[in-house]
Amino acid sequence: MAFLQDPTIVVEWLRQLFLGWGLSPSLASLLLYVVGALALATGPLLWVIFLIWFERKAVARIQDRLGPNRVGPYGLLQPFADVLKLLTKEDIIPAKADKVLYWMAPILSLAGVLLLWPAIPLGKGIGGNVNVAVLYLVAVGTLSTFAILIAGWSANNKYALLGAFRTVAQMISYEVPIVLALLVPVLLARSMNLQDIVAAQDVWFVVAAPLAALIFFIASIAEVGRTPFDLLEAESEIIAGFHIEYSGMKFAMFFAGEFLHAFTTGVLGAVLFFGGWRGPGAEAYPLLGLFYLWLKAFLLYFVIVWIRGSFPRVRIDHLLDFTWKFLTPLALVVLMVTALLDKALAAAGPWARALGLLVANGLIWLVVQRWLRGVEKRLEPPMVAQPGQYPVARYTPPEPQAAEGD
Amino acid sequence: MVTTFVFVLTAAVMLVAALIAVLKDNLVHAAMGLVVTLFGTAVLFVLLESYFLAVAQVVIYVGAIAILIVFSIMLTRRVGAHWGRQTNATWPWALLTAGVLTVLFALMVRGWDPDAVLPAAAGVPEDITARLGAALVDPNGYVVPFEVASVLLLAALIGAVYVAWGGRKAEKETQG
Repeated sequence: MAFLQDPTIVVEWLRQLFLGWGLSPSLASLLLYVVGALALATGPLLWVIFLIWFERKAVARIQDRLGPNRVGPYGLLQPFADVLKLLTKEDIIPAKADKVLYWMAPILSLAGVLLLWPAIPLGKGIGGNVNVAVLYLVAVGTLSTFAILIAGWSANNKYALLGAFRTVAQMISYEVPIVLALLVPVLLARSMNLQDIVAAQDVWFVVAAPLAALIFFIASIAEVGRTPFDLLEAESEIIAGFHIEYSGMKFAMFFAGEFLHAFTTGVLGAVLFFGGWRGPGAEAYPLLGLFYLWLKAFLLYFVIVWIRGSFPRVRIDHLLDFTWKFLTPLALVVLMVTALLDKALAAAGPWARALGLLVANGLIWLVVQRWLRGVEKRLEPPMVAQPGQYPVARYTPPEPQAAEGD
Repeated sequence: MVTTFVFVLTAAVMLVAALIAVLKDNLVHAAMGLVVTLFGTAVLFVLLESYFLAVAQVVIYVGAIAILIVFSIMLTRRVGAHWGRQTNATWPWALLTAGVLTVLFALMVRGWDPDAVLPAAAGVPEDITARLGAALVDPNGYVVPFEVASVLLLAALIGAVYVAWGGRKAEKETQG
């Protein structure tokens, strides 16, 4: 029962165990850190197994087919089959590839995702309590960018390098709206510490800053490289982009890293905008808070999968235009308006502030809609060929040969 | 003891990475060594309880500067091409200078006590980031250097746009 109220007694129990084995207190402390780090690294990776199955089933159902249903009941053992297949694949290293970097890139990519987890508050008093957590998240994002650059370069394949350049261009372009949108919860909570941001959400920040949440969500999907922004790794684009030369377990690491990154985006969205671990009863039972966080994160992950199943891919120049000409100015406007309004409404209660900011966001959205409509009018009309306007190739089927049998 | 262990580990990794950065002929490997060294610096900042400085180090140095360095290398070299030597003919003098500096440093840290409390642990206030932010916009603080730095960045941005754009204007002139 005490465990439910305060899960950190596990740490104390482990420490007593280590001391009982005769280790010095500082060594026991070090060992506890190592055990904690291993647990935090392993947990999300195990959860990825379920995410892979869920994504394949969900996308399949959206596309009106069944998805994996052979391996195990409802295809639940499919990810294990996938992993076995990838493990037993031949480990091909291209000739003249840079062996050290080639080997290091998938590890860095997965590390860049796992390093996000220590900053996330998992419940009251458990999980990360990093002072500069928001900035830390941005810093770790740059590690993923590096991993992709190294992956593209070390494969000794100019198309992989081109794919890597395009990926890095996309990722660093979408970091700008993410950082600007991240500033809004920091502003509202007056702290960069994610635990403080969760504690300040008496009213969920998605009510006070829906536009910032939307910008963060869209830009994060682009940052992870999911559809509709997965130009970089789709099979039809420059032969699958930067990981063309990777096979077997190395490719599996990129693959698992992408799914985990998408889920981590869901967790971050839940922490920043949907109240994190807060919910009825979460103050008393931290594990209940963890469950609420997981639920919210999973719902956001479902939305990401839903978007994947529904939208066509965005072209690279449209993609970059979208971030630099739309998302970044919008994020700047939202940030300025939120800062001004939050200072003006600082004396009011949380609900009054949230609703005031909601109204302001609504006004910004109306202005944006008007502007978008004006832009549409000024664009050239879509090219619809009128009869006789452009030479259109005509297909005349060949004359049916009388000699051919059925 | 944990801090000492982390410090020794980080210092060892940083030394190896720094040697890779200055000695390796393959420029991309050298750049990666630089990246690891910069990460190690961030870890040292964390050990000194300057968390904001640590993440700022990673964001600015690794996220921007190192990526720029790696981009410029990758755009101008081929994998497997002959890179050329990193060191030139004056390497004995450099070795001598490094040796003298090492001896001086060793003399300086002769009295290092691994279990001593780091001096910064006593003095870093809780709200250091808030104070930094307030100082940056304080008229009696650093607001003028802040604005000057912003103008500098704006000038760099305009310059980059003009350089990237100037090509199109030249094309139009040759066509017309």
